[in-house]
Amino acid sequence: MAVLFPIADGGKQASAFETMTESWFAMIEFDNVTKIYDNGTVGLRNINLTIREGELVVIVGLSGAGKSTFLRSINRLTDISSGDIRVNGQSVTRASGSQLRRIRRDIGMIFQIFNLVKRSTVIRNVLSGRVGYHSTLRTLLGWFPKQDVELSLDALQRVNIREKAYVRSDQLSSGQQQRVSIARALAQEARVILADEPVASLDPLTTRQVMEDLKRINRDMNITTVINLHFIDLAREYATRIIGLRAGEVVFDGTPEEATDEAFAEIYGRPVQQDELLGGA
Amino acid sequence: MKPNTKPAPGKTSGSAFRSRIRFALIALIVIVVYYWSIQGVRFEGIQGTAGTVSKSILQGFLHPDWSFVYIPEGEDLLRGLLDTLVISILGTVIAAVVCIPFAFCASTNMSRGLAVSGSGKILLSVIRVFPEIIVAILFIKAVGPGSFAGVLALGIHSVGMLGKLYSETIENIDRGPQEALIASGANRLQVLRYAVLPQVIPQFLSYSLYRFEINIRSATTLGLVGAGGIGTPLIFALQVRNWNRVGIILLGIIALVVVTDLVSGWIRKRIT
Amino acid sequence: MKTTVSPASPNPAAPGMEAPRKYKQIAGWIVLVAMIVACSIRTEATPYQLIVGLPQMGSLLQDMFPPDWSYLPTIWGPMMETLQIAILGTTLGALLAVPVALLCASNLGISRWVSLPTRMVLNLVRTIPDLLFAAIFVAVFGIGPFAGMLALVFFSFGIIAKLTFEAIEAIDPGPLEAMSAVGANRLQIIMYGVVPQALPYFMSYLLYTFEVNVRAAAVLGLVGAGGIGLLLDRSLGLFRYDRAAIIILLTLAIVLVIDYGSTMIRRKLL
Repeated sequence: MAVLFPIADGGKQASAFETMTESWFAMIEFDNVTKIYDNGTVGLRNINLTIREGELVVIVGLSGAGKSTFLRSINRLTDISSGDIRVNGQSVTRASGSQLRRIRRDIGMIFQIFNLVKRSTVIRNVLSGRVGYHSTLRTLLGWFPKQDVELSLDALQRVNIREKAYVRSDQLSSGQQQRVSIARALAQEARVILADEPVASLDPLTTRQVMEDLKRINRDMNITTVINLHFIDLAREYATRIIGLRAGEVVFDGTPEEATDEAFAEIYGRPVQQDELLGGA
Repeated sequence: MKPNTKPAPGKTSGSAFRSRIRFALIALIVIVVYYWSIQGVRFEGIQGTAGTVSKSILQGFLHPDWSFVYIPEGEDLLRGLLDTLVISILGTVIAAVVCIPFAFCASTNMSRGLAVSGSGKILLSVIRVFPEIIVAILFIKAVGPGSFAGVLALGIHSVGMLGKLYSETIENIDRGPQEALIASGANRLQVLRYAVLPQVIPQFLSYSLYRFEINIRSATTLGLVGAGGIGTPLIFALQVRNWNRVGIILLGIIALVVVTDLVSGWIRKRIT
Repeated sequence: MKTTVSPASPNPAAPGMEAPRKYKQIAGWIVLVAMIVACSIRTEATPYQLIVGLPQMGSLLQDMFPPDWSYLPTIWGPMMETLQIAILGTTLGALLAVPVALLCASNLGISRWVSLPTRMVLNLVRTIPDLLFAAIFVAVFGIGPFAGMLALVFFSFGIIAKLTFEAIEAIDPGPLEAMSAVGANRLQIIMYGVVPQALPYFMSYLLYTFEVNVRAAAVLGLVGAGGIGLLLDRSLGLFRYDRAAIIILLTLAIVLVIDYGSTMIRRKLL
């Protein structure tokens, strides 16, 4: 299924012409994916979809609907029970050891609780995204080449916290820490960014900043972005495509325009509630 | 300590009665144990010599033998204290490094399966159970009397103690950074280096310094059985009842311990 | 921490922009390594020595096994004496520690003129090794378990008092405020505000010190202060390593049992 006109080249503004001939390159493919947990709960049920390169997909659904399972199965932090998942043409499900690590190297992940090493400096945290590119010995000694350091500083510049590079991570605000995680994903030179509830721990103003950062990166660097959110208005505002999950199944797959309140009521199985809207900021 | 639950109305006598019985039982056991202990450690009565001995001890301590502090050619207080210090430093440093693999083995979140971590913990317990002096005596028989035996004794005992503290630290770390590193394609060793170590090393250092403070005190006693340090001149002075010398040695020990405590405390404050 | 470059920074004043100077770190490492090497030389502690000594350790272990089981009845009595020394020493030391810990704590409204000197004396007592206490008491009170018990009293007192007063300083001041609000005097505040909070910790420290003391009591005999240490010394002196082995084994067994029981009780306390 993979059609090969990759447009991707980092850093260029997408011109009108390019958006018109948007690449059909299938970045993430779910083939009949099912996940059943040990206690019998069905996490994912027969998921079949393709995410194209450059899309900014937002996954919505109630807690327990399978959003995290879906996201984490893409880089196999969670194993699936049956089916196949392919990233950039390579099967994640069948990859082993160093193959899997190489695939993961090209996927950046952003977590709700940032997952930074609190006592380490910002630059150290960002550099740790590069470990997949070097031999174990080199990384154990901490000898990152100059280009890696430049790359990391550039990544920090992209999210506007270059000036905090040598500060200890736990001295930053939540919003800044989340931007460091984004920088880490950028330093990986990832082609896909997965974000699991990246803004759930942030205040409304910082939430918008982070979402703006993610959107800008998606647009400027053509990085395929998949985000789990539970704020409906954010989903509508930032996504190029919204996928709704309910009880492990895809019950909605369309553009933000198509995601009306009624559609959401379908996804949630009940009318939209006030706390699912971020509100103006 | 024991939660004081009000029994339900229909059951007033049941659980209150049982807890009273339990309390009485414990009290009885405690009384029996103490009675047995007291009659075992009979008070022989103050010996006739006690008065004179105490007086000479006091005299000795009030007039410490200052000449012992520095003797150009031989064994003196300063050399003895230096040896004690050196034994503790070396023993602690070696233990702090050697116990790391043991600690990782004994941690439930770092080893594959309960069998591995369980046996790791048991191994550390076995090492811990040996009193340092006994280990020192054994090593003296093996490598001869002197500082080396002391270093080995302190080192091995500290491996047991530090290993337990280290493994508790490891079991309490935040799992998040590990997940982030796995997600970015790091292998096991890299995850250890970048997600686990930065979290545990400051605590390891703090525990090691704390252990060092304890080891300085132990090192003074190790000399009493011949494992080097200030303990050896101390036991000689004690045997010949040279209280003046015991006094100056005691002063020296106090000085050494106080200084090392201060330095160690200062360093510990700087790393946390 | 070895980032290899610090790029030209547009704003050098901001603290996070530049990599910190590495000189302090390198200097620190050099001092550490130098210290270790110096210590090794001084103690003649080289791996070579260890390897050379291993066969001797081997022959020692051979002499120790099989342990002399027939010696067991002889050592049982002294072993019990060791336990008794530990029990009494810990208890008396703990009792003495209570008032001193209360005096040392800074959050009970006790004048600093009292608490600071008390802490200093406490630190002083804690620097003296238990064997030294034992030797001195043997000289005064003669050979036997009494001297050993006294030594442990002072030793335990030092440990328990320090740990307890640190625990007291860490308690929640709320109940104390509540007690003074109802008009309680100092002692009553302590009874009803401090004690209930600090008691579990105190008991835990008591048990921990007891564990330490059982080990200590076992060796006090080396200076004549009663317990199993005397027999150990004698066996070693006579080169009867098989007897030494059974003594060590028994000690280990008792220590293990006590450690286990004490840990269980402590877990239920806290």
